[in-house]
Amino acid sequence: MKAATLRALNQARDEKRAVILATWLDTGEERLIGLDDSVEEDIAAAVSEAFAHDRSTTIEIDGRDLFLNVFNPPLRLIVVGAVHVAQPLATLAKTVGYDVTIVDPRRAWSDPARFPGIRVLSTWPDDALKTLDLDHRTAVATLTHDPKIDDPALHVALRSPVFYVGSLGSRRTHAKRLDRLHESGFSTAETGRINAPIGLDIGARTHAEIALSVMAQVVAAQHGKL
Amino acid sequence: MAEGSMNEDVLRTAQSWHDAGQRVALATVTATWGSSPRPVGSLLAVREDGTFEGSVSGGCIEGAVIGEAQGAMSDGKVRNLEFSVSNETAWEVGLTCGGTVRVFVEPLS
Repeated sequence: MKAATLRALNQARDEKRAVILATWLDTGEERLIGLDDSVEEDIAAAVSEAFAHDRSTTIEIDGRDLFLNVFNPPLRLIVVGAVHVAQPLATLAKTVGYDVTIVDPRRAWSDPARFPGIRVLSTWPDDALKTLDLDHRTAVATLTHDPKIDDPALHVALRSPVFYVGSLGSRRTHAKRLDRLHESGFSTAETGRINAPIGLDIGARTHAEIALSVMAQVVAAQHGKL
Repeated sequence: MAEGSMNEDVLRTAQSWHDAGQRVALATVTATWGSSPRPVGSLLAVREDGTFEGSVSGGCIEGAVIGEAQGAMSDGKVRNLEFSVSNETAWEVGLTCGGTVRVFVEPLS
């Protein structure tokens, strides 16, 4: 690889732009392909599939192997509620490679000192989520079980293409939540996207164990295993 | 993906070695069959003195790959390596999982 290509690749990563490094495996010649770049017809399908599924792959073009290495920007987890569970969840998500944002309008909770190295927004979740450009590489977990805070977040998340929505709270809390959402005009298909009670059933008891069960569920959703 | 964030560090390290005037080669997993500890796209950066960062197998074949990477730095040529191990011989040769992995090795120029 040319040093200039490596530099451009690292720059794309810094700027959180999705790129594919395409390399001819016989000669080592390479080039970078951006998400919006137009490419030759014979590789277009493979390129768009590699971007969409985050899957690096080797394809054969005229008897030569072309390797497509995908560098998508990190997956994102947006945590609504700077509650106790949010602390280990933010750490776990970061370790797994997620870009984490915590949203909580209550300043006592959203004190940045409680979340070193994590982006914390002290704003109402509906405002925050509208500016965060929720896409198919984003997961949203609401953790306050306070309708004033969780519901506005769900209103935005459920009408977005995020790959995961989860809400903390007991079955009773969730039943009431569903009633409120249905009264607000959400269909059962829309509210059916909510994973609640949140997290995989691993018998979690402590804050850290609950965080682990949530993160495991997010990963499972991202890999289509839910 | 998760390995994306790890690869990011490998690529930054490779760049910083290059910027410091070192010779560098990169190894990339380009295909896997059967169970394999590192997914396609995983990266390993190697410096001419054999210092490395990243992984293409979780430790089993790194030694051989690093040797080939040093070869690529001296002759400037790319290499496509294949490591294939049956479950029975996995412990002897190194790939404990019994999978097959193809690795592309290239010098940074």
